[in-house]
Amino acid sequence: MTQTLPDAPLFAQALGPAALAGLARRAEAVAIPLGALLAGLAAFSLFLAALGHSPAAFYALVWRAGFGTGFSWENTLSRAAPLLLAALCVALPARLGLVVIGGEGAIALGGLAAAVAAGIGGPLAPALMALAAMAAGGVWIGAVGWLRHARGVNETISSLLMAYVAIALFNHLVEGPLRDPASLNKPSTAPLPDALRMGEIPGVGVHWGLAVGVAACALSWLLIERTRWGFAARIAGGNVRAAQLQGLPVGALVVGFAALGGAFAGLVGLFEVAAVHGAANASLMAGYGYSGILIAFLARHNPLAIIPAAVLVGGLEASGGLVQRRMDLPDATVLVLEGFVFVAILLSETLYGRCRVFAPERWGRA
Amino acid sequence: MGAGVSDGVTDLGLWGVPLAMLAGAIRVSTPFLFVSLGECLTERSGRINLGLEGTLVFGAMAGYAIAYETGSPWLGVLAAALSGAVFGLAHGVMCALPRVNDIAIGIALMLLGTGLAFFFGKPYVQPVAPDLPSIPFGWWSDIAQVRAALDVNALFLIGLALALGMAWMFRATRAGLIVRVVGDGAEAARALGVDPLRVRALSTAAGGALAGVGGAYLSLYYPGSWNEGISSGQGLMAVALVIFARWRPVNCFWAALLFGGAGALGPALQSVGVTGGYHLFNAAPYVLTLGLLIAASSPSRALAGAPAALGFNR
Repeated sequence: MTQTLPDAPLFAQALGPAALAGLARRAEAVAIPLGALLAGLAAFSLFLAALGHSPAAFYALVWRAGFGTGFSWENTLSRAAPLLLAALCVALPARLGLVVIGGEGAIALGGLAAAVAAGIGGPLAPALMALAAMAAGGVWIGAVGWLRHARGVNETISSLLMAYVAIALFNHLVEGPLRDPASLNKPSTAPLPDALRMGEIPGVGVHWGLAVGVAACALSWLLIERTRWGFAARIAGGNVRAAQLQGLPVGALVVGFAALGGAFAGLVGLFEVAAVHGAANASLMAGYGYSGILIAFLARHNPLAIIPAAVLVGGLEASGGLVQRRMDLPDATVLVLEGFVFVAILLSETLYGRCRVFAPERWGRA
Repeated sequence: MGAGVSDGVTDLGLWGVPLAMLAGAIRVSTPFLFVSLGECLTERSGRINLGLEGTLVFGAMAGYAIAYETGSPWLGVLAAALSGAVFGLAHGVMCALPRVNDIAIGIALMLLGTGLAFFFGKPYVQPVAPDLPSIPFGWWSDIAQVRAALDVNALFLIGLALALGMAWMFRATRAGLIVRVVGDGAEAARALGVDPLRVRALSTAAGGALAGVGGAYLSLYYPGSWNEGISSGQGLMAVALVIFARWRPVNCFWAALLFGGAGALGPALQSVGVTGGYHLFNAAPYVLTLGLLIAASSPSRALAGAPAALGFNR
C-alpha cells in the first residue's frame, strides 16, 4: 500500500492512503454528530424565533447557567453524574442491537434496593447497598434482554412496560410497607443514617457518582473495544446469524450486556439515595432514564463519547430553571430542545459514507 | 355508598366490580382502539411508529386547547387528528431516508411530541373545555351504575366502525391491497408500479391522525381534562396490542376492550372500597400487556400474520 493519491492535498500525500482513510473515518465520526447537534440547536432557534423569543438570549442563559461559572459547572456535573450511568443502560445493550428505553425503572428499583440494604446496617452496609442497587437494576434490564433472546419479545416495548411496572412497585412499597411513618407530605423510606450518607469528591463539589460514572464509561469502553467479550458482542450486534454460526454465546452476551447496563442504571438510584435525597422517594424518578436515551444516541453508543454528551445535556437541563424564570418559557422548553437535537442526530445517520470530504479515495475525482 | 339511596344509586356489593370493569372497558378502551388501529395501518405498510405515545399526548393537548378556544369539542377532535397526521407524516418522511431507523425516530418523536405538548399545553391546565357528548344506551335501567356504564361516547362507536371499515379495506379494496403489498416488501410494490416510501409515509400519517383522535378522547371525555400526566404509556401499550391482535383491525377492537377492562380494575376496586395495593392494581394493564406480548412473541424469527417488511425481528 505505497500507492499515492495524485490529486489529494500535500498533507494527505505525506500520510499514505491507509492512515488517511483512518483519519477521515474518525473525522467523520466526530464531525457528523457535531454538525447534527448544531443543526438541532439551529432548528430549535427557528422554533423559538417563530414564537417571538430570542434564541440568542436563550443560548446566552444556557451558557451562563450551565457552563459560565464555577458554580454552574458544579451544578452541571452533578446532573451529568446520573446521566453518565443512565446512558450506559442504553448504550451497552445497543452494541448488541437492542434498543432499551426503560432505564427509569431500573433507577427506581436500584434506589429502593439501596435504601432497603441500608436498613440492614452493619460494617458492610455501603458495599451491600451498592450490590443491592446493581442487582436490582441488573435483574430488571437483564430480564428484558432474556425475553428478547429467549422469546423474541421486542425489547423496546418490554423495557418501557417493565419501567411502568417497576415504578408502580416502587410507589406501592414506598407508600405502603416500606414507608417511614415520619414522612408525611412526601412518602419516603426511612432516612439513611449519617454514616451511610455519601459525601462529595474533595475539591470538586460534586458527589462520588460523577467519578463512578466516568469510570463506568471508561470500563465499558475497555470492555467493548479491548476484550474478547466486547469483540464477540460487536460481531453479534452486527449479525446475529453469523455470530451464532461462529459458536459465540449470543444469549449470554445479550443478557450480560443488558444486565450490566441495568446494573449501572441501578447505581444511579444508589447515588440519588445515598448522596442526594437521603432516602428513596418519588424524587428518584427525575427522568434521568429518558435523558440517558438521548445521550446514548448522541454518543452513538460509544461509552467514551457519552462523557461529553452527558455533560452537554446535564448543562442544558441545569439551565432549565433560569430559562424558565428569565424568559417566561415553560419548563418543558428543555424537553423540546432535546427532542429537536434527538431527531437531528438520528437524521444524520443517513450522511455516513455519503460525504466526499470523509472519503479520501474519492478526492479530486469528478 | 349506602343501600337504596335516592337518585337510583344502588349498593351492588361485589357485583359492582364486574359492572365497573365493563363500564371501564368501554370508557378506557377508546384511546387504545384508535391508537392501535392507527399503528395497525402503519405496521401493515411495513413501518413501526413508536412515536404514537407522543402523538397521543400532543393530540390530547391540541384537542383540549382548540375545544376550549372554539367551544366545539368536535373541532378539537379535528385539530387533534390534523396534528397527529403532521407527526405521522414527519415520521414517514424521515424514515424514507436511507439508514434512518424507524424505531429510533419513533422514540425521538415520542419525547419531542410529549415535550411540545407540555410546552404549548401549559396555559390549558386550568381552563375547562367542553366535553364530547355521549349516548345514553342505559336509559332502560333504574340503576345509576348501569346507566353510567352504558353511557357510550360517540368516538367509541366511530372506532368500532373504523375497525370494521379497515378490515374491509385490507380485504377488499385496492388501497388495502397496496398497503399490504408494500408491507410485504418494497420490491414487490415497485414491480407493481407503486412507490413504497410514499405509501408508507401516507399510512404513517393516517395512523398518526387516528392516534391524535385517541388523545382528544382522553382530554375531552375520559378522564376529560388536560394535564401532563394524561397518558401513562397508553400509546405504547397500543403498539404492543397490535402484535397481540396479529395485525387484524377487528382483533384490535377486542384487544382494546380487554386492555380497557384491565385498566379499569384499579378504579373499579376502589369504587367498592378496596384501597390497598392501589398502585399494584393500576399496574395491571402493563403486566397484562407484557404477559400477552410474551405469549404472542416467538423465539423463531417471524411472527404469524406479521407484515414481512416489518423490522420488529431485526
